[in-house]
Amino acid sequence: MKTKLVALTAGAMMAAAPAMADLVVPNLSYRTGAYGAGGTQYADGFNDYFTLLNERDGGIGGEMIQVPECETAYNTEKGVECYESLKAEGLVFNPLSTGITYQLIPKVSVDERVLYTPGYGRTSAKNGQIFDWVFNAPANYWDGASVAIKYLLDENGGDLSGKKIALVYHNSAYGKEPIRTLTDLGEKHGFELIEVPVEAPGQEQKSQWLQIRRDQPDYVLMWGWGVMNQVAVQEAANIRFPMENFIGIWWTGSEIDVEPAGDGSDGYKALTFNGVGTDYPLYEDLQTHVIEPGLASQGGEHVGSAVYSRGMYAAVVIAEAIRNAQEIAGTSAIDATQLREGFETLNMTDERLAEIGLPDFGPAFELSCSNHGGNGKARIQQWDASAQQWNLITDFIEPDNEILQPLIEADSTAYAEENGITPKDC
Amino acid sequence: MFYREAGDFKTSYQDDGQTFPIKLDRFSYYVILGLAAMVVPFVINDYWASAVLLPFLIYAIAAIGLNILTGYAGQVSLGTGGFMAVGAYSVYKLMTSFPDVSILLHILLAGGITALVGIAFGLPSLRIKGFYLAVATLAAQFFLVWLFNKVPWFYNYSASGQITAPERSVLGWAVTGPAASPAAKYLVCLLFVFLAAWVARNLTRGMIGRKWMAIRDMDIAAEIIGVNPLTAKLSAFGVSSFFVGIAGALLFAVYLGAAEVGEAFGINKSFLVLFMVIIGGLGSIFGSFAGAAFMVLMPVVLKNILVGTLGWPTDLAAHIELMIVGALIIFFLIVEPHGLARLWQLVKEKLRLWPFPH
Repeated sequence: MKTKLVALTAGAMMAAAPAMADLVVPNLSYRTGAYGAGGTQYADGFNDYFTLLNERDGGIGGEMIQVPECETAYNTEKGVECYESLKAEGLVFNPLSTGITYQLIPKVSVDERVLYTPGYGRTSAKNGQIFDWVFNAPANYWDGASVAIKYLLDENGGDLSGKKIALVYHNSAYGKEPIRTLTDLGEKHGFELIEVPVEAPGQEQKSQWLQIRRDQPDYVLMWGWGVMNQVAVQEAANIRFPMENFIGIWWTGSEIDVEPAGDGSDGYKALTFNGVGTDYPLYEDLQTHVIEPGLASQGGEHVGSAVYSRGMYAAVVIAEAIRNAQEIAGTSAIDATQLREGFETLNMTDERLAEIGLPDFGPAFELSCSNHGGNGKARIQQWDASAQQWNLITDFIEPDNEILQPLIEADSTAYAEENGITPKDC
Repeated sequence: MFYREAGDFKTSYQDDGQTFPIKLDRFSYYVILGLAAMVVPFVINDYWASAVLLPFLIYAIAAIGLNILTGYAGQVSLGTGGFMAVGAYSVYKLMTSFPDVSILLHILLAGGITALVGIAFGLPSLRIKGFYLAVATLAAQFFLVWLFNKVPWFYNYSASGQITAPERSVLGWAVTGPAASPAAKYLVCLLFVFLAAWVARNLTRGMIGRKWMAIRDMDIAAEIIGVNPLTAKLSAFGVSSFFVGIAGALLFAVYLGAAEVGEAFGINKSFLVLFMVIIGGLGSIFGSFAGAAFMVLMPVVLKNILVGTLGWPTDLAAHIELMIVGALIIFFLIVEPHGLARLWQLVKEKLRLWPFPH
């Protein structure tokens, strides 16, 4: 029985790695667990855009794109297993988890694979001189924190002194990311920051919101994900916190987060770096080539939702980087090193976005050898509970780089020193 | 026929008292050890190392640790994840504070620190036992995770609260950090597994182990025959935490490379290791290995069969996997409540009598 089991294991593992000739963009998704609700939509958007390219254009530059999926359950050990099982073929990895990203950052530079973490992951990876293989455009958490504060400054006539701002955050690497930025911003603008950690996964937040009710902050910012979001929005509605003063990061701004609270969530705001709704020309192509033939991931039930759009946006950027890399390399069958070049010289213009069929969907940004994070622009969306939709209420806001740049320098230099990395000269 | 002891004569007490008294067992043990140390490092690749072998070896150490406490000394513990976190954070602080000292020494020291923490949290066991003790150790689990999340000193004030293992090497071979080869990582874990199993086996069949088992079987009777419950219980907590700490240190430094306390060492880890011990067999060193292999291998095998071979959607496969593993656990425990170790023992007994088993 034992030998049989061993043989079966060995057989199963050999079978798990089929030889693939096309360009492989693995989708390290999670459709189970406490974060599965968001992870599912993101993975669908990611899959569908590549399906569209394959169906409509025959891939990118004549190369079909394979998107093998691997379930990580937001768990770092499973994430590493997925990465190891797919790294032989995979060109670029997008694990949609800050924890897994931290795990993979040292590995990708040794294995020479691109890690693309739009809107999450290690913020200081923006410094391309040190994080050679990691890209986190168009925006990162510190950008998000700064954009939120800038928006509040605008609301308050440029003065936040004496205000109290509470940060409700997922007590993990992800949630702790903005604290340093907000502390510095607080010093600059004279507001008081109240830190309110929520233990993962976050179903239980009674005491946190009692604290908020007691402290009476003027604004609440939130870094949450998964089941934590719905609970927080509901709790905020329960204590009658004014929803228009409650701003979430982009991962706390999806339909599933606000719908459970019903009318109570009307007016809730969230950051976003991608457009919402299906009012873009690309969705017509998606309808004809992917949804109607029945090729949509999970039947296309989430098409157009906020998190679906973000997954699609990640796929758009990766596809553009592949296209760019193919042009530079002069061959369609690019490898990961060439794709890295493609990312590093990527220029996402407004014209290009319009050409794709997504005008004004994301910020225009340009990457370079030293800047792997773009310009960090994001905008604010607001939930309209009666129409059941998100409305974009601002234009793209640029973060306060005066505060962010020194922080990024400090954090990435510390990483380089710890790991004996010599910064690239550029 | 395949497995017998005819002709295997023992002429001294020493021969009779060895760990593998039967020649065939002893022989297979040496063969497995030889294969593991001399053949596997040459054929191992990244996937096998990180998906199968490293977690198996590391969890085997953790399972041995918990088995000493729960299986041999009868003290139910749900604090394994927390104690693993102590090992991980100790080794992290040691690695970053004393970069020139060998990582092997740091791992042992991390085990030592965890032993002290384990003894401290074992103190309630002198007054309470069973479910009550389980709750006390559960408190240790939550307290330790909270502590490592709360106090920035433990994670060297990094912005995100993550700890990342810097590169450290043994004899010029990197064993931690991204550049470490799978063979080097594997051999370090193998070394610790070998030592852990060897020490644990010899502790449990000696005087200390007998005291633990006496306490487990009936503490009042044990006290009457002269076993000091204080030293017996606290030594069980100390030794158990030592192994669990080493497992935590290896899990963080060698296997994961970076960790976040709530995610890597949460309550799920405690349950996972407890399942390993229960499925493998309480009070058995072999059982710790069998349980670790079962809990580590089963999901990977199922994933590769369901997604890789049958091409099912990943979310469906993940849910089915949970159901199958759960059902298998229940099935095993109904068919053989004493775990895989007892199953293996039964097979051996049948083989001895083969072809006429009764």
